[in-house]
Amino acid sequence: MIQRPRHDSARNALHRKDMKKSISIQSTEDLRIDSAESLRLLRESLIAGEQTTGKMVSVCCGSGCMSSGSEHVREAFVREIKDQELEDEITVKKTGCHGFCERGPIVIVGPEKIFYQYVTKEDVPEIISETLIEDRVVERLLYEDPVTGQKCFHENDIPFYQKQRRIVLKNCGVIDPTSIKDYIKVDGFRALAKILSQMTPEGVIEEIKLSGLRGRGGAGFPAGIKWETARNAPGEEKYIICNGDEGDPGAFMDRSVMEGDPYSVLEGMMIAGYAVGASQGIIYVRAEYPLAIHHLSSAIARATDMGILGHNIMGSEFNFEIKIVKGAGAFVCGEETALIASIEGKSGRPKPKPPFPAIQGLWGKPTVINNVETLANVSRIALNGGKWYSEIGTSTDKGTKIFSLVGKVRNVGLVEVEMGTTLREIIFDIGGGIPGGKRFKAVQTGGPSGGCIPEELLDLPVGYESLAKAGSIIGSGGMLVMDEDTCIVNIARYFLDFAQNESCGQCTPCRLGTKQMFNILQDITRGNGKPGDIEILLELSDAVKQASICGLGMTVPNPVISTIKYFRKEYEEHIHERRCRALVCRSLIFYRIKDYRCKACMKCLTACPVGAIIGAKWQVHEIDQSKCIKCGTCMEVCPKRFNAVECVTGLIENSGDKGE
Amino acid sequence: MDTEKLNKILAVFEGERGGLISILQRVQEEFGYLPEAALSSIADFLKLPPSQVFSVATFYDHFYLTRRGDHLVSVCQGTACHVLGARDILETAENCLGIKTGQTSPDYKYSLERVACLGSCALAPVVLVDNEVHSKMTVRKVKKILTEDLGDTETQT
Repeated sequence: MIQRPRHDSARNALHRKDMKKSISIQSTEDLRIDSAESLRLLRESLIAGEQTTGKMVSVCCGSGCMSSGSEHVREAFVREIKDQELEDEITVKKTGCHGFCERGPIVIVGPEKIFYQYVTKEDVPEIISETLIEDRVVERLLYEDPVTGQKCFHENDIPFYQKQRRIVLKNCGVIDPTSIKDYIKVDGFRALAKILSQMTPEGVIEEIKLSGLRGRGGAGFPAGIKWETARNAPGEEKYIICNGDEGDPGAFMDRSVMEGDPYSVLEGMMIAGYAVGASQGIIYVRAEYPLAIHHLSSAIARATDMGILGHNIMGSEFNFEIKIVKGAGAFVCGEETALIASIEGKSGRPKPKPPFPAIQGLWGKPTVINNVETLANVSRIALNGGKWYSEIGTSTDKGTKIFSLVGKVRNVGLVEVEMGTTLREIIFDIGGGIPGGKRFKAVQTGGPSGGCIPEELLDLPVGYESLAKAGSIIGSGGMLVMDEDTCIVNIARYFLDFAQNESCGQCTPCRLGTKQMFNILQDITRGNGKPGDIEILLELSDAVKQASICGLGMTVPNPVISTIKYFRKEYEEHIHERRCRALVCRSLIFYRIKDYRCKACMKCLTACPVGAIIGAKWQVHEIDQSKCIKCGTCMEVCPKRFNAVECVTGLIENSGDKGE
Repeated sequence: MDTEKLNKILAVFEGERGGLISILQRVQEEFGYLPEAALSSIADFLKLPPSQVFSVATFYDHFYLTRRGDHLVSVCQGTACHVLGARDILETAENCLGIKTGQTSPDYKYSLERVACLGSCALAPVVLVDNEVHSKMTVRKVKKILTEDLGDTETQT
């Protein structure tokens, strides 16, 4: 056990004196915020009241930690604290996502904010008695740096967090996303109060333009210009839509923001509404995110109760209301015109642009559609000024971007970094590099619309133009790390499979082009590739990109183009040598037993699910290739000391058609 | 189909602009899928041609026109899950349940489907069983969940 510095007892005494104050705050539940001044008073009294709490346990209740059992952990804390009659001293709070979901459930304990990972309900009594009562750290629950072996006490000591700059995620994992008071305490709605009392709509748009904020959903359109266009568009009725249809497989930052900091999304929408002259907002959330929907709905209800949403907000002339529309499962609805069609109750088929939604959007009215992360940036910019934001990042790319770092990387999770941070810093410094002593192969950014970036470009700083130059995009921020065991052709096939499934079908280049591309890639991974396939793929990619109506068709060939550009040799190996060096494409690999190593122990023979192994006790085993389904079970069960099963590729004997 | 139930749902949406998708979602919540008769009634209610209602109902992945199983097993095929072996997980699920992806077992106990991404990428590969996310799946773990655990709840109920 490690001794921590003792908690300041004098401060404790002071806290108790303030107890009364905190009680009076409880009764502000039904308080209405009718001016910037009343918001300030409430914030100040909430902050003063906070000091009475002293000891606090914050349990992450984001979706990631929830599926690792954090709700049970939270319940255990509540129960145990009640049983030990410590309710007056220790408060249990649930927070949103910390981004380090792989380590969940994550619990932050005590005034010192000790970071515990992989917490189970069995650990709860020990955390209470050791850390909260005795001020000692439970060492086994701390994060250990895999490089130095050093234990980390706080979130900020962990390399995963050190190179991050959390602007959008500043409240995620800190506040209780279901508590409007928690949000107000961390300067919530201060930006709104500021612009309503001190700024003109044009002034707000100028600040956003000055900040250099660009859309974080994929296309990267400058937010200020979009707002200005909608403001100048004729008509009284205008809409603000928050695009929470985060469809890119592998990206989950919008989910975390909606779940962990829903009020920031609302505040961003309201500021946009004021700037544009809109009084109605709609949040379009995919149905796969029930917790996000729940937190947003309760945030809307709570803000409406307090008069922060509704009529004459904070004593001004500004009216704004927000409703939620649930998606019904179509990737293409992330595209803005398709999303509008979906809100109108139609099939989500994109329309050609122009007219742009900012001129003619929902119900034909001027509509601003911004992505969740873009809108969550807005209150930060409005409060601190466009100049402040424009100084973060690089000369061309402003601010920060959240990436979801996933795949073959040690530290998996959400990372928010300044624009201009290099891919190497993100993958190796924050992500901790590739696990299992494997070699880095490529990183795929931007999901189905993005591309694969090879090792030689790892020092590329992330930015809209820099990634585009390398044949990829920032997109919504998915970042999939691949190691030598990932087959690059299989990845291209995967994305095209996704694309052809999700194509809405209205324009031929996309509907049939992606289908043809998928078929060719499928053939290549099944050992039926033909000379000339690569050229046809490139030709088709070009046609699909040029001739499709919407952003989906225009970008989905990117994974193919970029992998051919950087990994053409692997395609050629698949086509000409029937070889998959990553040993992934099943038709190109086969398992065999090295007779000189086989001890005829019967392990693989009994484990094989299809009875493809011939042999007996004392009789060396052999795999019947005509029966083998290449599941790899034999290799898995063969005792390491024998190591008799091997997986090989590139040999002509193997030409069956057994899956991709 | 319970017409009274349907009418109750429809009444809530009286006069709402663009409510078709929300109506379909509510009806499916109530009935578990979208019965053909319900689609026709919805078309009447919204004064839309039935073709448009069918078009929307078949465009979106979340709408089902046939009865689903009591337990819904969704295997995530997102990028992160894919590189960490989601294909094997899906095949194992097919073998355990004895049905192909997209099918419902003849006794209406299980439906199996693939989903594009559940947003639990840091815990990949994941499987969703009746709204509960199971993380960091392996072939062995998914076998246990689908045979033992699901089997247990069956015998209890």
